[in-house]
Amino acid sequence: MSGPRILEVRTKILKANDELARAMRREFERLGLLVVNMVSSPGTGKTTFLKETLARLAARGEACAAVVGDLETDNDARRLAESGVPVRQINTHGLCHLEADMVAKHLEGWDLAGLRYLFIENVGNLVCPTSWDLGESVRLALLSVTEGEDKPLKYPGLFNTADVAALTKLDLAQACEFDHALALANIDAVRPGMRVFETSAKTGTGLDEWLGYLANRRATLRAG
Amino acid sequence: MHELSIAIRVIDLAEGHLRAAGGGRVATVRLRVGLLAGAATEALRSALALAAQGTPLEAATVEIEEVPVRIWCPACQREVDLPGLVPLACPECGERSGDVRAGGELELESLVLAAEAEDAA
Repeated sequence: MSGPRILEVRTKILKANDELARAMRREFERLGLLVVNMVSSPGTGKTTFLKETLARLAARGEACAAVVGDLETDNDARRLAESGVPVRQINTHGLCHLEADMVAKHLEGWDLAGLRYLFIENVGNLVCPTSWDLGESVRLALLSVTEGEDKPLKYPGLFNTADVAALTKLDLAQACEFDHALALANIDAVRPGMRVFETSAKTGTGLDEWLGYLANRRATLRAG
Repeated sequence: MHELSIAIRVIDLAEGHLRAAGGGRVATVRLRVGLLAGAATEALRSALALAAQGTPLEAATVEIEEVPVRIWCPACQREVDLPGLVPLACPECGERSGDVRAGGELELESLVLAAEAEDAA
């Protein structure tokens, strides 16, 4: 008597997405295009943070663009377009995260070689985007002072897979009795040593530092 | 609920492997899910039940092996498993480390085929 037949398949479930994302990243990096995937909960201020980032880059003459994911509406794309840079909206129609093929599809027709920075604003969600590689070189996790200091501990996966983090809405910190040191310690607990930018898109605090990081990071693409 | 996206891929992959192996039905599907992968196992089970309808995995039992987070401890000079998700620090010596060696897995491990009409050997 032989036992039951077992197929030992050992396959990564997101293999197709991973492979596409890797190919996209190779291409982006070959073109000297720095791609940033922005992840956070809804309401962290991703769109405002991005709008200010795009406006500052554009003012410096840096060609940049953005794609923005939401379940429905193109409100965010319209807000971002006010910065004067090319923006496209991806509506996921219920899906709680972006996947590499959606990004690829929405980049069609853009002259990527003419761009230096591309930002992908993911769907606001602290869990689902974690496992989906979008071909980015930098994953930025954002945490607003209004959300509470323990978000990183509650959603460690999202912060653990990030390359850098940004605290947002710093202008509201006092009103929220935000415990700075605790928030930083919590981020450090899930991703020891990760760089954290302390920002306010409203006052501009911390944005120069963020732009400096982007420029340095982009320079390494060419060197690498 | 991105577990449904994951479940649909599991079923697609499994059907591909089944076809390559000459068909059949699946009795058990075994997955490995890392604690850092961001997939809730109960939600994943429900999603798999839904996604498997009308496929050769319809009646399959789902076994999920949860993979602990493993980090490299630079102080102990070895890999250590964490008792939970956070902090990312060595449970032995307390040294912090972001060097994650396991825990992000989302893998289709194996498919146990149903016995029906399979006894040619």
